[in-house]
Amino acid sequence: MPAIEVRDLHKAYGDVEAVAGVSFDVEQGECLALLGPNGAGKTTTTEILEGYRKSDSGYARVLGVDPGRGDQDWKARLGIVLQSDRDLGDLTVSEAVHHFAGYFDNPRDPDEVIHAVGLAEKAGARNSKLSGGQRRRLDVALGIIGSPELLFLDEPTTGFDPAARREFWKLIEELKAQGTTVLLTTHYLDEAEHLADRVAVIARGKIVAFDTPAQIGNRSEGTAIVSWIENGIEHKESTTTPTALVNELTARFVGEVPRLAIHRPTLEDTYLSLLAKENEL
Amino acid sequence: MNRSLRLGRLRAGIELKQFFRDRESALFNFMLPMILLIIFASVFANQLIGFEQVTFAQYFLAGMIASGILYTSFQNLAIAIPMERDDGTLKRLEGLPMPKASYFIGKAGMVFTAYAAQIAILLIVGVLFYGIDLPSTPYRWFTFIWVSVLGLLSCTLLGLAFSVVPKQGRGASAIVAPIVLILQFTSGVFFVFTQLPTWMQNFASFFPLKWLTQAMRYVFLPDGAQVVEASGTWDLGMCALVLGAWTIAGFLLALKVFRWSARGQ
Repeated sequence: MPAIEVRDLHKAYGDVEAVAGVSFDVEQGECLALLGPNGAGKTTTTEILEGYRKSDSGYARVLGVDPGRGDQDWKARLGIVLQSDRDLGDLTVSEAVHHFAGYFDNPRDPDEVIHAVGLAEKAGARNSKLSGGQRRRLDVALGIIGSPELLFLDEPTTGFDPAARREFWKLIEELKAQGTTVLLTTHYLDEAEHLADRVAVIARGKIVAFDTPAQIGNRSEGTAIVSWIENGIEHKESTTTPTALVNELTARFVGEVPRLAIHRPTLEDTYLSLLAKENEL
Repeated sequence: MNRSLRLGRLRAGIELKQFFRDRESALFNFMLPMILLIIFASVFANQLIGFEQVTFAQYFLAGMIASGILYTSFQNLAIAIPMERDDGTLKRLEGLPMPKASYFIGKAGMVFTAYAAQIAILLIVGVLFYGIDLPSTPYRWFTFIWVSVLGLLSCTLLGLAFSVVPKQGRGASAIVAPIVLILQFTSGVFFVFTQLPTWMQNFASFFPLKWLTQAMRYVFLPDGAQVVEASGTWDLGMCALVLGAWTIAGFLLALKVFRWSARGQ
């Protein structure tokens, strides 16, 4: 049984269809990343699955339960990291994590969790004094304290510096290695590429592409871009046969081809072209 | 039910911690009666208010205790809950394996504990520095307790219900504090009640604070002082009736209007 099953989910706010027929599965132990511009319906979809919002129509099962009717036993199996929380400012990191362990029957060890999210040095600090990235790590700590089977991460690394983001990825990879299923919403494509087994690109409430990060938007078969400098002018050529083009260039130039580079479209290139295609429709 | 109570206690503990650490809340919900008592009792010292040798401090203490009920329950909740709705507290709790009852048990636990601590300090300060007499009979102590409990209960429920009125956490105090202040001025907290204009007395009689203050005067003033009350008696029966009615109204109202998320969400 998949951890999450979604079929033809719909949710409108007034005339605006925030979620317009979304279907996907997340297998147990898998990490699925939801990508899409602001207002595409990512958060609405996630919040329906977390039980915060009711869908207008469609079918959804989260750990086998209809999220609109999830009871406490069901909630005990979820970990939820919402967007931008500012609560708990008057407590310390340690107090908050220890307190929230109290809601669960089999919590993780609070001190271990604080250590795992890299807040050990800040354990005695008031939460209101944490930096943006530290605050997000506290939210993640509170999301995983109940040893969830399924973890929802809504833009978890906003405000992280690059080193903190790498640390965070390591933490999520460890959770995945322990079998935790993750539904990740993010704006950072490198994050999706790093963590996700599969990505779903959402635009205007619909999934426009759904595949592994390496395959999405026919990335693996796509063209490569070869660039070099010739007579002081930068040349860029898209080609499906880059090797042939490079052979031709090496024959034409004596020695090094100035500033020769070949690159495959990044996930970001692919993502942006998917969205551009969507906007043309 | 067991789980609701256990998590309710957990909530009450963390609520209290946050209540005392939040400077604004500690000052305006907890310390204010002590500060006002010290100021008023120092200014008017042992001035008598004209009957039965009652000092101003003794008369004022009754009003401060009644105000303490309103501060720790109604004012506290009606300001704190809109903030919790804004800053993600309520949304986080909604996602936890916690019965919703635990949240309300926690709030009530915080209110009752904060009030008990507040009254203890208020009485100690009053007795040590301002020559205040403690209640003179067991029946007065008993009345002190049931009036406090009924007052806290009704004003807690009204605070839960009123928490939907401020649209944002920021600015909630600007809506709630003036309401409390108006009730205090019209209910005989700062002035002798019967010296207020009749229309003001009539206005205040609709709300709990007037009855709480009057019952606390029964608890702390000598029996002869009741001739200065509006009806010439302490009217404890009427006090119970009004507080009981507000408790029921507050319960039904809170049940109907309380919301976990902001409007439009």
